[in-house]
Amino acid sequence: MPSKEYVGLSQINGPLVFVENPKGVGYNEVVEIITENQKRLGQVVQISDKIAMIQVFEGTSGLTVDKTRVKFLGRPLMVKVSDEMLGREFNGIGEPIDKGPDILSGESRDINGSPINPASRMYPRNFIQTGISAIDALMTLIRGQKLPIFSGNGLPHNRIAVQITKQAKLKGEEAGNFAIVFAAMGIKHDEANFIRESLEQSGAIKNTIMFLNLADDPAIERIATPRVALTAAEYLAFDKNLHVLVLLTDMTNYCEALRELATARGEVPSRKGYPGYLYSDLASIYERAGMIKDKNGSITQIPILSMPNDDITHPIPDLTGYITEGQIVLNRDLNRKGIYPPIGVLQSLSRLMKDGIGKGYTRDDHPHVSSQLFASYSKVQEVKAPL
Amino acid sequence: MDRKGILYSINGPVVKAKNMTGFMMHEMVFVGEMKLTGEIISLEGDSATIQVYEETTNLKPGEEVLGTGNLLSVTLGPGLIGSVFDGIQRPLDVLKAASGDFMKRGVFADPIDMKKSWNVQMGKVKDGDRVTGGQVIATVKETESVIHKIMIPPNVFGIAKNVKSSGKYTVDTVLMTVQTENGEEEIKLYQRWPVRIPRPYSERLAPREPLITGIRVIDTLFPISKGGTAAIPGGFGTGKTVVQHQLAKWSDADVIIYIGCGERGNEMTEVLEEFPQLIDPRNGRPLMERTILIANTSNMPVSAREASIYTGITMAEYFRDMGYNVALMADSTSRWAEALREISGRLEEMPAEEGFPPYLASRIGEFYERAGRVKTIGGEERIGSVSVIGAVSPPGGDFSEPVTTGTKRFIRCFWELDRQLANARHHPSINWLDSYSEYAVELKDWISKNIDPDFYKMRDRIMQILTEDDNLQQIIKLVGEDVLPDNQKLTVRIANIIKVGYLQQDAFSDVDSNCPLKKQDAMLKTILHYADRASKLVSKGVAVSEVLDENIVNTLMRMKENVKSDQLDEFKKIEEKLDAFFDQLDKKYQVITEA
Repeated sequence: MPSKEYVGLSQINGPLVFVENPKGVGYNEVVEIITENQKRLGQVVQISDKIAMIQVFEGTSGLTVDKTRVKFLGRPLMVKVSDEMLGREFNGIGEPIDKGPDILSGESRDINGSPINPASRMYPRNFIQTGISAIDALMTLIRGQKLPIFSGNGLPHNRIAVQITKQAKLKGEEAGNFAIVFAAMGIKHDEANFIRESLEQSGAIKNTIMFLNLADDPAIERIATPRVALTAAEYLAFDKNLHVLVLLTDMTNYCEALRELATARGEVPSRKGYPGYLYSDLASIYERAGMIKDKNGSITQIPILSMPNDDITHPIPDLTGYITEGQIVLNRDLNRKGIYPPIGVLQSLSRLMKDGIGKGYTRDDHPHVSSQLFASYSKVQEVKAPL
Repeated sequence: MDRKGILYSINGPVVKAKNMTGFMMHEMVFVGEMKLTGEIISLEGDSATIQVYEETTNLKPGEEVLGTGNLLSVTLGPGLIGSVFDGIQRPLDVLKAASGDFMKRGVFADPIDMKKSWNVQMGKVKDGDRVTGGQVIATVKETESVIHKIMIPPNVFGIAKNVKSSGKYTVDTVLMTVQTENGEEEIKLYQRWPVRIPRPYSERLAPREPLITGIRVIDTLFPISKGGTAAIPGGFGTGKTVVQHQLAKWSDADVIIYIGCGERGNEMTEVLEEFPQLIDPRNGRPLMERTILIANTSNMPVSAREASIYTGITMAEYFRDMGYNVALMADSTSRWAEALREISGRLEEMPAEEGFPPYLASRIGEFYERAGRVKTIGGEERIGSVSVIGAVSPPGGDFSEPVTTGTKRFIRCFWELDRQLANARHHPSINWLDSYSEYAVELKDWISKNIDPDFYKMRDRIMQILTEDDNLQQIIKLVGEDVLPDNQKLTVRIANIIKVGYLQQDAFSDVDSNCPLKKQDAMLKTILHYADRASKLVSKGVAVSEVLDENIVNTLMRMKENVKSDQLDEFKKIEEKLDAFFDQLDKKYQVITEA
């Protein structure tokens, strides 16, 4: 389909620009916004016969109302996926930023993906050994699970996440087919460097695809980042039969970008100003973890989010907990005492472990040992903390 | 008539079209070139607002909207049982065959298999007979567990003609025609019914019989009746879904409808893998032979999530009309309410509390009121019921939020899941102090007659011990257990036996997952027998440590696992063991007092 180009915007408002009288433009279609010296990407977020509302991923500063050209590409936002991506580094919308060549081979895929048909899913049962005793014994990570780390500022969530990726082991023959997809949303350069270096040291970097949207990159771009990363992960898992571990950090920044966009669009806010569809939106990311019948690969997600003010009832951790299959909660008191990893075991949970541990999986007495430990922990808490 | 509208605005799942004169409110429409399924949710002059049940990416203004002439409806007939549908009744396995592992858009699929032929056993109706809506004219053995009764649709009355004889037919075979005042109606094996309109019944009856769930804390303390309504509120990780799964597995209903409404994909997969292997305790057949699943996971389109609740309850009412007891589980109604909120937001309606639309409570009320025990229409005396159990997921575990408070007004059973119990891995984590059931009083007669005349007395004593224990716990937290007098110490210990040995129930245990009422009765008797004899001794001045013999307490704590449901005689042995223990203590202390 030929792409259409318009000159001039009718309005620029925060991350949004408006184009009047668009013809034949589809909802969610991707657009190029062209100024004299720069090309930015955007997406149609609302469309009527009179006006198209477009969110600009790279921000709107420097755009003019009269000279800006807008080119509608007639397709949703796509990313090219191929094996070549392994070992490479990309920005938040999937463009190479490591000075390497563009990705040439491979096919373009819609970053929004499609929901897995529940009838096609395979129930995850095989555990991943992380080598962290608190996790392996009490909140076992299962292949195909989505298990977030609920953290706070200053807690060592990155260290734990990296440790998991370095040490993750699968039982049996498939142990080699591992890949890591790392999506950074609004995290600091230092954090990104720490993660990159750690992966380099362990040699895992050649099996890793990195998508980096750092704190000083455009905020709106973050909305695409996890989707781009998961599209690549789906390709590796379900076309290439790899076991993919996806690290998403920090989901709090993602949600804030979503709130920024929703506010700019003048939507009715729900709790703490976040949009009413935050649950559905997060689900469209988290639910892309899993396994499919008759396919050998899997997507295991470890989203990391920092709880604002350590508040687990804040909408972001709250809604996340309702979607993910458990959570690993980091505890500030333990961290203060110098205990590593500072995992608060009572608040943490793995919903899928019940079917992936015990006889034939881990140790025969694993379920009993873990429930005994939980019972003892909770008894100690009761004794320690009178009203 | 070929009616066509033209799209002019798209905002997520909500689209607007003009040239829509002649379309009906709540009419099902096909939107755009991809023929996405949608429903009209408001009409204004020439333009209409439509909610689309599929992703709207790449839909363009100027594309067409086609009318179907029908309200959003479900297909009701043989072939429903054992199926897995999405929110608008498309069977997921057919979609999988048509479009692969990922959901594609614009795929149409018949809800029930139109090609499969069924063994139809015709009833007594013959040519020239008067038939009325709801009357059963034929039966089909749909599964080993469910006999499907073919009924005249509710709004059809007249004279039967061309009645077919018994035989093997597909579902769209015309079994008879009915001469009505407005012309002839063809009666097929299936009928269609609009989801937003409750199916009619002749009379509403009071709840009299319990829905036995096999979960002790529910059946004993907070029972639900057949035709009742219950809500399970709880924050994430408190075990709502496990309780709902347990109810779906062990409830003594004839048909189970389980709606996974905006929840996890893997949870639905778990049900799909587990249910065909689980055995219905009532007849030894796989549980799937009485179950219908609706899976609209959280990443599937939000408006189909809104519809899924209605799709489910309409199917439930259909089986109720056959005279069955149907239990419907909706997990979670909060996600449904959020779908309402999302669509309302896109319509730019004025929001009420927390962004929810002002009509939230009335929608919740309308939904729960479709539950009930009724006398059906259709002449013969048939009594059927729909019980509704809805999970509620309050944000931040805060029970004062609009969905929980709205739900509390329309349900009569409240099973509150407690974060602290869940963290201590006490499951089911139903709080025994804050939960309630208004059915408890109404069900007393049935329980007394069918289980044990003393059951309610024992229930009241258990509640009393637990309440007393709660008071004592406050003291213990302040000053420790040591300061309590011996009889109160004993109460605390007995309460602990009740909590761990009775209320706690492992959903994944082979023996204890399902606990029939008779076993519950025997367990209560045993525990209270222990309590009686122990407190008698303690009141005579015997030290509490004497009666808290480790072996005996362990026997009480473990009997839920150690005694199988079909070996209730074992409880006699436990009682004998208790008696022997206490007799020997009696003797010991008698000797001391006499000396």
